[in-house]
Amino acid sequence: MTATFLLEQMLNGLQFGLMLFLLAAGLTLVFGIMNMINLAHGSLYMIGAYLAATAVGYTGSFVAGVLIALAGTAAFGALLESSLLRRFYGRDHLSQVLATFALILILNDGVRMIWGPHAMLVNVPALVSGPIELLPGLHYPAYRLVVIAVGLLVALGLYLLVVHTRIGMRIRAGASNREMANALGGNISGLFTVVFALGAMLAALAGAMLGPVLAVEVGMGESIIILAFVVVVIGGIGSVRGALIGAIVVGCVDTFGRAFLTTILREFSSPTVADNLGPSLASMLIYIVMAAILFWKPRGLFPAQA
Amino acid sequence: MTSTLVSISSKAIASAGDAAGKRSSLVPTVAGLGLLTALLLFPSIAAALDETFYVSFVTRILIFALAASSLNLILGFGGMVSFGHAAFFGGGAYIVGMLSIEVTRDIGLLPGTQSAWVAWPTTMLACALMAALIGAISLRTRGVSFIMITLAFAQMIYYLFVSLKTYGGDEGMNIGTRSTIGFGLSLSDDATFYYVVLALLVVSMMLFRRLVHSRFGNVIRGIRENETRMEAIGYDTYRYKLVCFVIAGSFAGLAGALLANQNTFVSPRMLDWHQSGLLIMMVILGGVGRLWGGVVGAVVILLLEEILSEYTLYWQFWLGSLLLFLIIVAPKGLIGLADRAFKGGLK
Repeated sequence: MTATFLLEQMLNGLQFGLMLFLLAAGLTLVFGIMNMINLAHGSLYMIGAYLAATAVGYTGSFVAGVLIALAGTAAFGALLESSLLRRFYGRDHLSQVLATFALILILNDGVRMIWGPHAMLVNVPALVSGPIELLPGLHYPAYRLVVIAVGLLVALGLYLLVVHTRIGMRIRAGASNREMANALGGNISGLFTVVFALGAMLAALAGAMLGPVLAVEVGMGESIIILAFVVVVIGGIGSVRGALIGAIVVGCVDTFGRAFLTTILREFSSPTVADNLGPSLASMLIYIVMAAILFWKPRGLFPAQA
Repeated sequence: MTSTLVSISSKAIASAGDAAGKRSSLVPTVAGLGLLTALLLFPSIAAALDETFYVSFVTRILIFALAASSLNLILGFGGMVSFGHAAFFGGGAYIVGMLSIEVTRDIGLLPGTQSAWVAWPTTMLACALMAALIGAISLRTRGVSFIMITLAFAQMIYYLFVSLKTYGGDEGMNIGTRSTIGFGLSLSDDATFYYVVLALLVVSMMLFRRLVHSRFGNVIRGIRENETRMEAIGYDTYRYKLVCFVIAGSFAGLAGALLANQNTFVSPRMLDWHQSGLLIMMVILGGVGRLWGGVVGAVVILLLEEILSEYTLYWQFWLGSLLLFLIIVAPKGLIGLADRAFKGGLK
């Protein structure tokens, strides 16, 4: 184990964490402001990935493809919110879980109807397809660095939006006290649509950016949405800052667990036990962390609600 | 504003509870007996029509009805929205599987057994222990945190079994044969297995009914309505909720044991969060906090799945659309909808 390997794993953890943040940011806002559990948020991520893969194929440009996917998914999110999901804001969490679970079924099959059952492959844009030598001996895929850069930029942009703009102020008001913001505010339903579309766009960005790294396939949203929920709950519902920190914690814990846990266990026990236990413990690790955090801080690390 | 809403909704729930509590009406009893007779005759009819496939299909429905009803105990009557019921359902399936293939000998835990008389109670006991552990920690949280912490525990168990290569890992584990029950009966015969499952479901539902209408059940429902008040009266609400959680976990384990027997196969898919989601769907669709809610939901969803997949490759699309429609028109579940229609018809 060397310093370069450690650094590489840190970059991997950061990259994974930032992509989780893109998903979790929308989830936490919808959760915090509309008090809505949206299990189908992962479907928006999937739709973003499919739109990007298709648009990149048509235009031949990765950037144009991603932008089209963002616009398309945001529009779809706004439509979904204003036509359907808004009916469920006043309902209990159970109805929301059922409705959005049904939506997952619908959107999965919808995607299958349009794009067929096979996974789509997206090529890494040629400009950043090779590795870059960050340090002597540390070669890191350039595309993953782009993903990290995009993630950091969006995090910064979201911070500026939430903290320094008028709409950000309304978002924060909604997250910290929904009823009061509702009572005082003017166009609250317009705000809901904007927030939902923004969340959809961020999810689509994650899907589009991860397209070349993972396979674009039906069901890709479901494996990651649970992790995004973990992030939201760890960070504190409604808190964008909490989502960022939670996402990076989850990304790093997961990556480090997979990279180092078996090696560490070998120090304490026999190799066979370590080789068996290591991977299973590594996959369980974030859930153990989450259960521990919820046990001691049921409202998460950075509760937004007053 | 919120408090008025709460009082209105609690009134609504109380009146629904009254309706459920009235046993004077003969109609449900007659309908229930009729249904039971139909279920008892079903394998003979299916055999006569040469459609024995449907015997195992209905068995599957009965098993899911048991699992969903056990979830309804905590979710509906206790107001504890557990998103991790698959841990006990799938866990029960795995325990029966582990007991049957004698691999537990490796770690010296127990000799393997095929006997249902040993394996099934052991499974229920193990799931009760698991539920006691998970519940003891989870029940210290409330609301969304509770939903998520139960999910976290279920995911831990899911990943545990995914990586346990001894028990098939990712690909799951084949169980050689169904459990044995003696008395010259063989569960490998689908009709016999069907009757055993039916009997267990009926007995469980009778137990649930007793439980819900007992003093314990009243306390549990009281906690759902207003936990602070129940605490103030002097009830140890945590302990009541934990006992309820443990009972639900052990019956979900029994359902899992039955499903493992039915399929003679167990895989991590049974522990997946989709499975928890499916069980929640059944309960909500049937009727949250209605005794027969889980049963109705399991019947409707599995029937829809079966019928739709006959006609179209995209059955999930139509199932999802139907569910979405039902949740909009029937917020209190199908039983609530039937209540409303029935009352409207009488007037």
